[in-house]
Amino acid sequence: MIEVRDVTKVYQGGAGAETAALKGVSLRIEDGEYVAIMGPSGSGKSTLMHILGCLDTPTAGSYLLDGVDVSTMSSDELADIRNARIGFVFQAFNLLPRATVFRNVMLPLVYSGISNGQREELAIQALEAADLHEDLWDHLSNELSGGQMQRVAIARALINDPTLVLADEPTGNLDTKTGEVILDTFARLNEGGRTIVLITHEPDVAKHAKRIVHIQDGEVLSDERRSEAGWSA
Amino acid sequence: MRLVDLLDETRFSIFANKARSALTILGIVVGIAAVIVMVAIGQGTQQSITSSIQAAGSDLLQIMPGFGASSGAVRGARGGGSSLTMDDLAAIKKDVPNVKDAVGERQGRYQVVAGGNNTNTSVIGTQQGYPAIKNVNVAEGSFFTTQDDDSMARVCVLGATVRDDLFGENATGIVGQRVRVNGMEFRVIGVAAAKGGSGFGNADDQIYIPLSTAQRLLSGSTSLSSIDVQVDSAGNMSAVQQAVTQLLLDRHNISDATQADFMVLSQQDILSAVTTATGTLTVLLASIAGISLLVGGIGIMNMMLTAVTERTREIGLRKAIGARESDISSQFLAESVTLTFLGGVVGVLLGFAISWAIKHFASFNTAVSLGSVLLAFSVSAGIGIIFGYYPARRAAAMSPIEALRYQ
Ligand SMILES: Nc1ncnc2c1ncn2[C@@H]1O[C@H](COP(=O)(O)OP(=O)(O)OP(=O)(O)O)[C@@H](O)[C@H]1O
Ligand SMILES: [Mg+2]
Repeated sequence: MIEVRDVTKVYQGGAGAETAALKGVSLRIEDGEYVAIMGPSGSGKSTLMHILGCLDTPTAGSYLLDGVDVSTMSSDELADIRNARIGFVFQAFNLLPRATVFRNVMLPLVYSGISNGQREELAIQALEAADLHEDLWDHLSNELSGGQMQRVAIARALINDPTLVLADEPTGNLDTKTGEVILDTFARLNEGGRTIVLITHEPDVAKHAKRIVHIQDGEVLSDERRSEAGWSA
Repeated sequence: MRLVDLLDETRFSIFANKARSALTILGIVVGIAAVIVMVAIGQGTQQSITSSIQAAGSDLLQIMPGFGASSGAVRGARGGGSSLTMDDLAAIKKDVPNVKDAVGERQGRYQVVAGGNNTNTSVIGTQQGYPAIKNVNVAEGSFFTTQDDDSMARVCVLGATVRDDLFGENATGIVGQRVRVNGMEFRVIGVAAAKGGSGFGNADDQIYIPLSTAQRLLSGSTSLSSIDVQVDSAGNMSAVQQAVTQLLLDRHNISDATQADFMVLSQQDILSAVTTATGTLTVLLASIAGISLLVGGIGIMNMMLTAVTERTREIGLRKAIGARESDISSQFLAESVTLTFLGGVVGVLLGFAISWAIKHFASFNTAVSLGSVLLAFSVSAGIGIIFGYYPARRAAAMSPIEALRYQ
């Protein structure tokens, strides 16, 4: 369970100007939810994701991750939280080039100190969950297609069995068809109990989620649950 | 982050950027090898000069012309004067007690030709007593006699290196052959046994001819380029040194000893002067090489800074998935230290190889010292740490969000 309470984020601009990217956002996401965060460009979606992902701390307000307040933690403590509790999927995939699929997927384990013996087993589980074909596991990441790369990124996000999978425009660099397949994967992961927060500005993408939060100018505009949502699309 | 993982990530990064890693290592390799070779040349030179001086005997005093003090304000080169005469030599032999023997030398460099081969070598005109004073052994044939000297005979004794150069490596049956020195024909009457040594101080790269022959036929001057005095016992060295100095001052009408136009040097004096000079040479060579090592270090820093910029997104990703600041900085530090360490190993090996090649193919003595290897190695490790630290800190301090957004 994650909960932000009255979170604000103010950026210090270059010429002393201040930008309030978030102006008091409160949001509670239960385990197993599939939430899409929507909003126009500059509305504060990425800023909110950085805070939910413990990449940044709020200017004011609190953030409880599994009941622990992480809003005042040091950068090293946040690094440990990200490693253990959060899986990221980025628009640009962000894989290590010239490294095999296996190496990419196991990268988070380097920072969790899990023994070498267990790593391969965890990687296989994650790759199977992300639905990447077994023949590709020993390939170099830069030899894959965009859709395959995003599957590797999803497997990497899953490997530490995170509380929360955060995806910022995960289909932004993919064609519609490939994007649909990736979104199916998210839906299936959610069916299996995984909590997913997806950021997008496309309604077609957001409709895969069970709950859609609209934000605008740093504030929550609407928060609707879609009872009929699923991955039947 | 565990050490095995750190090493594995380091290995991966270095191999993922092979060309860049190799170029960085090259800078260090060149620096380290240069330091080792330069120091080896300096020390090798010192060794060979020292051993050839010692080979000449410890009971020896050498008298050389000094500054041309009597010729006014302009001083000639040390040893370049013509102040020593045959009469000085005779007076030393006659008047100074405890002198076992003394011979004069007239030395010059000339072209020596035999058949189709030729070499430019040191030609020493000297007297019959020379082999006993300078520890020269005649391996084949004999040394010339006083009669040869009196009759200005055109005979010569070859040093081992000259024999090799003119007649082939370790050639025999040389006695009776003809060689041309500065265009004049000489008959070979002996070959000296090799003394060892090479480069500057090679006592084998010279030939001996009678003194009068050298004076009249080659240099056209009867002055001596040095006088070698053998003292009867080591305990009398300083007494004889003083007596010879006083005798020559009197004979040259010089009252102030600091204005002497000659130098009387014992083996010890020569040895310490040479040691000082070659020591300075070694330091000089090493500092030139040290500069190239520093340049290599700056290369490392440059490459690491470039790597930090190029790999900004990778740094952002690593941070996003849980790398602590210390994980990032240790990774970059480990990369730079590994690169310099590899460069150090290859540089030391290359330094050894080049020193060996110089010794064997350029016949120039080199001596690789353990000290220079250790120094070069610790300097390279230090460079890795010092020049790797700043880029590593910069990488670690990056904000993950900024780093991920970097294009
Ligand atoms: N590092 C920063 N420094 C200053 N201002 C920032 C910074 N990051 C974001 N902002 C500002 O905060 C506001 C929200 O930005 P944010 O990136 O969260 O928008 P977004 O909803 O993700 O937009 P998009 O759909 O275009 O990605 C914008 O006005 C932006 O200019
Ligand atoms: Mg955004």
